[in-house]
Amino acid sequence: MRRYLFSRLRQMVPVVLGVVTVVFLLIHLIPGDPVEIMLGESALAAQKEELRRELRLDRPLAVQYGDFLLGMAKGDLGTSFRSREPVLREILRRVPATLLLSAASMTVALCIAFPLGIVSAMRQHTFLDHLCGFLAMLGLSMPNFWLGPLLILIFSIGLGLFPVSGYGTAGHLVLPAVTMGTGMAAILMRMLRSQLLEEIRQDYVRAASARGLSRRAAVVRHALANSLIPVLTVMGLQVGALLSGSIITETIFSWPGVGRLTIQAIDARDYPLVQGCILFIALCTVAVNLLTDLLYSRLDPRIRYE
Amino acid sequence: MSERTVKQTIARRVARHRGAVAGFAVVVLLLLAAVLAPLLAPFDPGAQALDSGLSGPSRSHWLGQDRLGRDLLSRLIHGARVSVAVGLGTVSLSLAIGLLVGSAAGFFAGKVDHLFMRLADILLAFPGILLAIAITSVLGPSLRNVLIALSALGWVGYARLIRGQILKIREMEFVQSARAVGTPPARLLRVHILPNAISPVIVEATFGIARAIVAEAGLSFLGLGVAPPTPSWGAMISEGRHFLFVAPHLTTVPGLAIMITVMAFNFLGDGLRDAMDVREGAH
Repeated sequence: MRRYLFSRLRQMVPVVLGVVTVVFLLIHLIPGDPVEIMLGESALAAQKEELRRELRLDRPLAVQYGDFLLGMAKGDLGTSFRSREPVLREILRRVPATLLLSAASMTVALCIAFPLGIVSAMRQHTFLDHLCGFLAMLGLSMPNFWLGPLLILIFSIGLGLFPVSGYGTAGHLVLPAVTMGTGMAAILMRMLRSQLLEEIRQDYVRAASARGLSRRAAVVRHALANSLIPVLTVMGLQVGALLSGSIITETIFSWPGVGRLTIQAIDARDYPLVQGCILFIALCTVAVNLLTDLLYSRLDPRIRYE
Repeated sequence: MSERTVKQTIARRVARHRGAVAGFAVVVLLLLAAVLAPLLAPFDPGAQALDSGLSGPSRSHWLGQDRLGRDLLSRLIHGARVSVAVGLGTVSLSLAIGLLVGSAAGFFAGKVDHLFMRLADILLAFPGILLAIAITSVLGPSLRNVLIALSALGWVGYARLIRGQILKIREMEFVQSARAVGTPPARLLRVHILPNAISPVIVEATFGIARAIVAEAGLSFLGLGVAPPTPSWGAMISEGRHFLFVAPHLTTVPGLAIMITVMAFNFLGDGLRDAMDVREGAH
């Protein structure tokens, strides 16, 4: 296991370096003078010069890149030029809210995906299966930026059950979590169904039934356990999508997480903060993918020896 | 089976797939709306009538009017143009790059393949529309920038798919035979390998159009998509959500348009995947 861990970590190095490089180059993609775009045309020459110096844009690209890498190694993502606070501190302040929302969304997704996925597989080609398939397609086709306002319209404005937006109570969490969890539920449900259908046809499930186990017990106790590994991988991969999706969902519900911070930074043209947020989400995705891989290899030892 | 018979078989299977037929019908309607928008739209999508802003559906304005009194139906029809342009444009650009890179990686393997795989790993670390958000936030909102931003990551999926297909097909006997009789590599790829690798790519491209349409709408919702006043479904939802209390139709109508369009492409993609699945035909 340790050898596998080291080999995976070694493979991660160029990916992390690549991600950092892409994010570093971002600010250099700005057409024209980035400083002028950040400060506006009316800014004084001295202000522009100061920001240029602060962002180290007055130095050669290679030096800037070296400084950026060095800063990264020390956990320094630069300073937000609007709030004058370290970018990392601003991001870390928002992390708990995003983590809470992501965990709640994942819970919503699992609560929907598991019952529907199991029923759908056990009742293949029946009305229930078709209904679940249609619901999954609906979930996949409803973008967050529409589902969110729709839920607000029905459950906040219409029924008055939950607050329209904000943060602080369990009620505030429900609508954003359902908004983010629905799409993921559809993906997980489809995955679980197809995995279960494959497992149900295996001899060991037939043997369990032959031993007198009910079909439901054979599926839930035996087939389900073996279907979980690929589902777990998809869940891991979806965490990245959740983090990126949080940008839209947090904007809709004014949820004070990293996603909303990203959009606030973009609106304020605070590019050091934009860079920091993008980098943070990308590196979190890389880390979660690595963890998923390791967990996968722990659950299925064949992976380690391939 | 001759090529014509294969195409006929696929068309027959798609025609039997109810979801695919419905999806195809909606896609045709969408394309017609996009092409004929200036003829179909009852009003100029930019024409304002401030005194009747936020009005609900009426005889002259079937879907109501937005904050500035612009006709919602006309904006919806013109918005289809943006969606179709981004959907087809992104997939075409991504496919072109993906085909080139994926073919090179799969065919030449070795270092070229290794380099491609590492590059793919890096780009895939940016989940969902994160990279597109990053790119459009620095390039600014415009149709061209949206295409660039979505294709910057979009090509990776196609390239990986084509690479995988080529790695599989190049080891097949008919390719080995063609190689043995001295077929040049370029011809081998063009005539023998690529035509046999293309089916899953077509299916993926169908889903890709849906993804691109949602991504564009998402970017426009965040103010990073197509620049106003060009009507875009995502921007229409974004504008409308500030008036959910008084004019919910401003949000629900463009949202429905996106959902129906995405469902149509997804159903069509599902149908094509089932129809092109060789194993299914064998059963």
